[in-house]
Amino acid sequence: MNSLRGIYTIWYRDLLRFWRDKMRMITSMAFPLLFLIVFGSGLSGAMGMLAPGVDFSKFMFPGIIGMTVLMTSFMSGVSVVWDREFGFLKEVLVAPISRVAVAAGKTLGGATIALIQGILILLFAPIFGLTLSPGTLPQLLPVMFLVACALSAMGIFLASRIKSMEAHQAVMQLLMFPMIFLSGVFFPVNNLPPWMNILVKINPATYGVDSIRQLVLGAQSATSLGVTVLGHTMSVGEDLMVVAAFGLVMVILAMWSFSTQE
Amino acid sequence: MSNSHIIEVEHLVKRYSDLVAVNDVSFSVDQGEVFGLLGPNGVGKTTVINILCTLSRPTSGKAFINGFDVVHQQSRVRQCIGLVFQDPSLDDRLTALENLEFHSRVYNIPTSVRKERIEQMLRMVELWERRRDIVKTFSGGMKRRLEIARGLLHRPKVLFLDEPTLGLDPQTRRRLWDFILGLRQQEGTTVFLTTHYMDEAGYADRIAIMDYGKIIALDSPQELKSTVGGDVISLNTEDNQRAQAELQKRYQIEARSDGEHVSFEIANGERFIPILIKELDTEILSISLRRPTLDDVFLKLTGHQLRDEAVKSELKEMMRQYGRHQRRR
Repeated sequence: MNSLRGIYTIWYRDLLRFWRDKMRMITSMAFPLLFLIVFGSGLSGAMGMLAPGVDFSKFMFPGIIGMTVLMTSFMSGVSVVWDREFGFLKEVLVAPISRVAVAAGKTLGGATIALIQGILILLFAPIFGLTLSPGTLPQLLPVMFLVACALSAMGIFLASRIKSMEAHQAVMQLLMFPMIFLSGVFFPVNNLPPWMNILVKINPATYGVDSIRQLVLGAQSATSLGVTVLGHTMSVGEDLMVVAAFGLVMVILAMWSFSTQE
Repeated sequence: MSNSHIIEVEHLVKRYSDLVAVNDVSFSVDQGEVFGLLGPNGVGKTTVINILCTLSRPTSGKAFINGFDVVHQQSRVRQCIGLVFQDPSLDDRLTALENLEFHSRVYNIPTSVRKERIEQMLRMVELWERRRDIVKTFSGGMKRRLEIARGLLHRPKVLFLDEPTLGLDPQTRRRLWDFILGLRQQEGTTVFLTTHYMDEAGYADRIAIMDYGKIIALDSPQELKSTVGGDVISLNTEDNQRAQAELQKRYQIEARSDGEHVSFEIANGERFIPILIKELDTEILSISLRRPTLDDVFLKLTGHQLRDEAVKSELKEMMRQYGRHQRRR
């Protein structure tokens, strides 16, 4: 009960701050939309059909949804660094709520914000020629949230040990861009050179992006665009198991890291 | 350990790689007491507070708050303490009200009294009219007041105040102290305070004087002042060194010199002044007599002033706050 109240309070504050900052909400949409419009339009003609009925724009759209969720949740750790720099973290750390609850609240807060950002991009689906069946959303949103939770936990864990904004910026760029570029957001991950294939397959983000793509594009893409590991093509359920396992490890690490904070 | 001690500190040590910030400190504080930790900046006062409020772990030694171990029973300790930090710790993107609401949720203040208490606190620090404003737009003094309101919101058993009234105008400071002392009377709140303001330390029932990581004296302000022995006479002369030597030779008085002034303590100072003026060969430029202050106690115990730069920076801060205050009117 005590912990739930703590989680809720931490989560609520993060959401409140996000809601206050409309500018951030809008500017963080600009980047993914820019990608979609420029690369989508620019490359669709040259690339032709990647799978039956799937041109490059359609292929990239779910990838960009994935990217938005990944980036936003990954970056959510910045709030921890921010709080440390502006002192508010002290108020949180001396509060009579467990550090485990603090880590959980932060993770959920970051994940919720990432989900909202993802949904905002999802609203543009019709422009890129995608129609989502009504049955898709109830599946897609929880999947997006799960991916967001896993990455958000990772972001919070890393941020909990970083003392300055500058260092955070550097670490994020060093980790986030490779993770996104090597996750199949921008190109199908079959037929890659062996070294790249390995990197892509050990990247947990790959499975997050793949699950979102399979749900958005439906069965038509599953066979030819899916991620194959050791000759086995991953289903949505299997993708999610990988993401969940990764997320679980990250959540535990984040909780441990907060518990041992001085 | 005995039950009447709400704070119990035993042989506390905190060592950073090559610096001993707190060096074998022991003391205890009674329920309802106002306890002051006095000393210049950087002698380990904040480190002691950080350990007591579970933000930092001691290298060795033990500390208990309300009977709970600050290392092994952290969450129980946290529930019964309130803190006003030296550095700002507000969320400046939220409103004053939202900051207090966050606090009351986290400290589980019953919803039934939440609103009323938040209003009471905000009125006390005169921020009720600004409650819906984003904290970022507040001046330094206003932020400080809000922080104090927040620290008191959950009616803690022990209230830690780390340099609480730094940068506050005298009026607000007095009102705040009235409130704190009232709270002590009504609810038996114990107040643990660090300060380098001498007059503020005067509110304390007992004072521990800290210097270089150690407690060098612990007593009531009156007792501490009485150790100085009588009145303090300060002289400014043509030649301070000569005056010092003369005082020693003629009256066996150990006088101290801080460069500008030669000062010493003596019983019945009023009667001694005429004698001094008549008899001293060194020409006296000015002479003053006063009752001993905690400054004198500190000087006597340590041989140095409460570090000057601390006082200076504080003065600057006060002037800044005051200037802002005036401009807003």
